[in-house]
Amino acid sequence: MSNIPNLDGSILSLITFIPLAGALLLMLFPRRDRDIRVFALVVSLLTFAASLHLPVHFQRAQSGFQYEHDNVWIMNPNIHYHMGIDGISMWLIVLTTFLTPLCVLISWKSISERVKEFFILLLILETALIGVFVSLDLFLFYFFWEATLIPMALLIGMYGHGRRVYAAVKFFLYTMIASVFMLAAILWLYAKVGSFDFVTVENAIRSGQVQNFSSAAEWLFLGFFIAFAVKVPLFPFHTWLPDAHVEAPTAGSVLLAGVLLKMGTYGMLRFNLGLFPEQARRNAPWIMVLALIGIIYGALVAMVQPNLKKLIAYSSISHLGFVVLGIFSFTQIGLDGATYVMLAHGVSTGALFMLAGILYERKHTYEISEFGGLATPMPRYATFFLFIVLASVGLPLLNGFVGEFLVLSGAFQAKAIYGVLGATGVIWSACYLLWMYQRVFFGKVTHPSNQSLPDMNLRERTALWPAAAMALVMGVAPLLWLNSIDPSVQNALAPFSQLASRVAGR
Amino acid sequence: MNPSTPLPQIVDYIRILPEIVLSIFGMIIMLLDPLMDFRPTHARKSQRTLGVIALVGSLAAIAASLFQARYPGTAFWEMVRVDSFSVFFHVLIAAVTAIVILSSFEYLDMQEIRSGEYYALILLGAVGMSLMSSAMELVLIFIALEISSISTYVLAGFRRRAAISSESSVKYFLLGSFATAFFLYGVALMFGATGSTNITVIGDALNSGKVSLLADVGIALMFVGLGFKVAAAPFHIWTPDVYEGAPSPVVGFMSSAPKAAVFAVLLRILFEAHAPGRVWLIWITAALSMTLGNIGALVQDNIKRLLAYSSIAHAGYLLMAFAALPHDGIPSAMFYTASYAAMNVGAFAVVSHFGSAGERYVTLEDYAGLGRRSPLLAAALTIFLLSLIGIPLTGGFFAKFYVFTAALEANLVGLTIIGVLNSAVAAYYYLRIIVVMYMREPREDVPLPRIPLGLGTALAASLAATIYLGVLPGHVLKYASQSVADLVR
Repeated sequence: MSNIPNLDGSILSLITFIPLAGALLLMLFPRRDRDIRVFALVVSLLTFAASLHLPVHFQRAQSGFQYEHDNVWIMNPNIHYHMGIDGISMWLIVLTTFLTPLCVLISWKSISERVKEFFILLLILETALIGVFVSLDLFLFYFFWEATLIPMALLIGMYGHGRRVYAAVKFFLYTMIASVFMLAAILWLYAKVGSFDFVTVENAIRSGQVQNFSSAAEWLFLGFFIAFAVKVPLFPFHTWLPDAHVEAPTAGSVLLAGVLLKMGTYGMLRFNLGLFPEQARRNAPWIMVLALIGIIYGALVAMVQPNLKKLIAYSSISHLGFVVLGIFSFTQIGLDGATYVMLAHGVSTGALFMLAGILYERKHTYEISEFGGLATPMPRYATFFLFIVLASVGLPLLNGFVGEFLVLSGAFQAKAIYGVLGATGVIWSACYLLWMYQRVFFGKVTHPSNQSLPDMNLRERTALWPAAAMALVMGVAPLLWLNSIDPSVQNALAPFSQLASRVAGR
Repeated sequence: MNPSTPLPQIVDYIRILPEIVLSIFGMIIMLLDPLMDFRPTHARKSQRTLGVIALVGSLAAIAASLFQARYPGTAFWEMVRVDSFSVFFHVLIAAVTAIVILSSFEYLDMQEIRSGEYYALILLGAVGMSLMSSAMELVLIFIALEISSISTYVLAGFRRRAAISSESSVKYFLLGSFATAFFLYGVALMFGATGSTNITVIGDALNSGKVSLLADVGIALMFVGLGFKVAAAPFHIWTPDVYEGAPSPVVGFMSSAPKAAVFAVLLRILFEAHAPGRVWLIWITAALSMTLGNIGALVQDNIKRLLAYSSIAHAGYLLMAFAALPHDGIPSAMFYTASYAAMNVGAFAVVSHFGSAGERYVTLEDYAGLGRRSPLLAAALTIFLLSLIGIPLTGGFFAKFYVFTAALEANLVGLTIIGVLNSAVAAYYYLRIIVVMYMREPREDVPLPRIPLGLGTALAASLAATIYLGVLPGHVLKYASQSVADLVR
């Protein structure tokens, strides 16, 4: 077909803006809830289909950015509409488009009021999320970064549970205030380089053309870092996350844990490592310590949670600690693993939140003590849950294992003690997840009212099957992902070549 | 002026054409008003006729300003100068006037305000404001300032039945006259120091050599007078009370158009006259305005008072540009004025519509659940508020962006940090409104009138302007940058 080369230039714009176009069309829809749901599902599936173009036509051997598209947007300041992806961002985009249709499915019944607004917000959120991963212009990146906040905060605040307003405002203020520091750093770079373009800025820094860079670099690094650390969230910036998760509607939680948190780790990988390699290395020790604290602390707090959703939320803090650990190990294998954990966590935690949501639809509570022996009335549900729990724990042959293993190998190479401490996190996660599973599913049915809980219906199974299948495929055939992640990671590590050569044993 | 100067030419009149147009329309309204039938059965129609005439007048003023742009130069013995700078502000002021008139249509019916004087005063006030932006003579500036101020004093008291409105008017009048006196005193001292009241001559004098103490004091006093008019701290105390009492469309008007005009004057005085001691004077005022404005707004429950404090804070952000270097500062200040006008007029249009008869519903609580009850109105207000916060894709973002970068270019790092922190704090109270609108249960006892055509148009226009400035800021900024050449020689 003759239009293929054209498509390569605009495919990213297409993927980014299909959901937004869908949202705009949805605004004109009459308030017939069923049609709205179907339409949202179609739009999100369309986006997913379009996004599959990326891995299919991705040049795996080629490092650097692909599907690039660069237009001047605004002359002054010099802002470009510059999009492009590498192996890392590509998979995060696919993760986003993969999770959104599942979110639509899982919200089918649980959202019964203001349905139209819900799906409009969901689709706008999808556009903003994809935009974060495709932007190669710092300004464009910042714009999409901030743009994710509003729909997410509204989703939590309008459709959440009891303390939703508190959680929404806390979420918004935390991330917004933190990203102001990133904006300041971006503006400083712009003032010196005269461009927001990521590649231009990167080259200017590497060739030492930026005035006063050495004195400001530490602050710039921290400016970016704080914005990302709050998003991840890295201990001790994590307090917004449990609140946001507990109050958010299921779809909100899925996207929050599945994709929004990855914006932070993706930002660290792309910007903290890409633009400030020296500062990254200098600051790595305390960052890794924070990551380790996050892993262990998150796991320990998860263990004592009486609330199912809070438990999953704290488990996210623990898992994201692995990602940060991997990134700041500056080893090929560690970064590969970090990227892989991002994807695996997106799938398995997304699925966990969906499962929790299914339970909430039936019982309107997340309290673990309200359940017990659910395996008897809900065998299918229990099977799915077990499968996803095992994936999340990191059972070999399921997706969690690959990433965590790689991360820990990387951490060992960086410093043995990091690896040792990090490895305990795997044990902890087995503890809290399996213990939770035991309390919820095994034994006799503790509450008579749970005796008659309906098992998963077709729609719910349709939402869970893709996630479960993905968890298995990602565990069995990780190379499908890693062979496109690897060159990009190599590229990201180029400035660390000195360090990388030391771990050539890979 | 010396005796050999020729008499005014046609072109001189073209250079004050927008003012002439506005005055003529203002007078037509005054003349028609007593002839109209204001018995209850016809009142609505008569009101509307006058409103439409006023609207046509303000649109004609936009056309006149654009026409005038083709004849740059000075007029009336160098008292007035038309350059791209003045045209920018003329268009801005006339556009704000048009939007305010549109949003007043229903408001006047609702509040049972007789429209004749109302529309006339708005148009005549706009005459003073337009004149301010093109005046090159301090005495003319003073006169223009008085024209604009007196009409806004009266407009502030237009809700005659409400005591709070009269209070607002009197307070504004007393403090305002005091401030104008400061300005006049400053002019007198400046005349003593340089022997002229012409900004160009003063600029040459101050630029050429030693600056006398007298000139310093003169600048400071003028700054006090003008600082009062733009509600910059520490001359801001009147703002919340006046904004609370005055009719909402009028607040939208007087928090954007006269402010824009006074900022134009300040730009001329500070940059064209090379005012000495500019940076520190501005530094302190800007930092104080931002901080006091935002802190004050945090605790407000009345939305008009909240927006009043927010306007103090925004005056602070804007003033940052005045401390910057001319080539970055002037365009960014102009851009800020335009985008602030767009979002602020829009926000007040929503407030005036929602306030209902007697402006009863102006507390934050009244807005509960607006997102569910009137998605359109809530969405519009949300966009204005997001723009006031400075979220990308809205005019407010680039306004702040340009101002902050201009300040950074001038190495005002401390001030920029204060500004950035302040915008983070400000997000809180704007968000409170959004939260209340979307996340609280609706209050059915608050009436919700349909959005009428006039208001709808006003909202659409300010929304379009806010988003246009946020998506394609390049054009306006480019135009503003060109006018720097006219201002700084």
